[in-house]
Amino acid sequence: MATNAEAIEHGHAPESAHAALAHHFDNLEQQREAGTLGMWVFIAQEVMFFGGLFLAYLIYRMRYPEAFMAASNHLNWKIGAFNTTVLITSSLTMALAVWATQAGRAPKVQVALMLATVLLGFTFLGVKAYEYHEKYVDGLVPIAGWFNPNHEILSHIPANVSLGQYQMFFWLYFAMTGLHALHMIVGVLIITPIIYWAWRGRYSPEYHAPVENFGLYWHFVDIIWIFLFPLLYLLGAHFKP
Amino acid sequence: MSVHIVPRKTYYMVFGALIFFTALTVFVANVPLGKFNDVVAITIAVTKMMLVLLFFMHVRYSSRLIWVIVASMFFWLLILLLLTLTDYSSRGWFGPNVIT
Repeated sequence: MATNAEAIEHGHAPESAHAALAHHFDNLEQQREAGTLGMWVFIAQEVMFFGGLFLAYLIYRMRYPEAFMAASNHLNWKIGAFNTTVLITSSLTMALAVWATQAGRAPKVQVALMLATVLLGFTFLGVKAYEYHEKYVDGLVPIAGWFNPNHEILSHIPANVSLGQYQMFFWLYFAMTGLHALHMIVGVLIITPIIYWAWRGRYSPEYHAPVENFGLYWHFVDIIWIFLFPLLYLLGAHFKP
Repeated sequence: MSVHIVPRKTYYMVFGALIFFTALTVFVANVPLGKFNDVVAITIAVTKMMLVLLFFMHVRYSSRLIWVIVASMFFWLLILLLLTLTDYSSRGWFGPNVIT
């Protein structure tokens, strides 16, 4: 692998190094490490971002345990479990896409694995949209005017639980899953040009940092869901109204 | 190249473990265990997170510098959660709940 320094030493212009090597790095290895480090700092920031919502959940949950358990019962854990499986599978296809670039597999293999990731991502978002619509129909969207639970739901609310406590659970549900879904939509937008470049044969064992760093982002979004699923869906799974 | 290529077999095994733990957490959630439902759910979620972090996200094969970032990520998160909880859990110690 030619480096900028080597290229200059041999009297060549630095451009004779790998096309993807930026001039301020000595070699691709250094460039890759710097990029990965930056990606991890970004993910640490994302953890703090989501952390605020997890904190809000924790505090309200500790204060109104019964309300949260009863409200959680209105989420369908079977649908949640299905979506968890979809997301975990998309993480697998993304991990394999990174492997395909590292192992120097053909562009069509890389593209197929990344397209599978996108397809699973859309499946997840489609199911999420169906769930949101279901909540809208049931009057459980916690916005003024839309929060209007039907009589059947109201009859299941425990006597010592107020409607406002119920609303808070659904506010957190929509905020947390909404922010998560937004991250997936952004993920699909980011991977689109990466798929295009993969198709053009840009990624090799030498240079595949964009695929690798996108993989880190996608797996991070998967981890958020790994926590959202038990906290929101499974909390009330055994609750009998 | 010094990039550590994780064999595909590792990914398949991690995927299998993640699916297994998902099924396990769903099963346990449907059994009323009181406080232990939360303990089991969080333990399983943390286990799944560690699998994704270490293998899918390659932390196990990454440099010490990456480990420091990951460790500080958890440390900051714990500061956020625990220090705030010390406030909320001590409210009302001084009589009527005037500030909650």
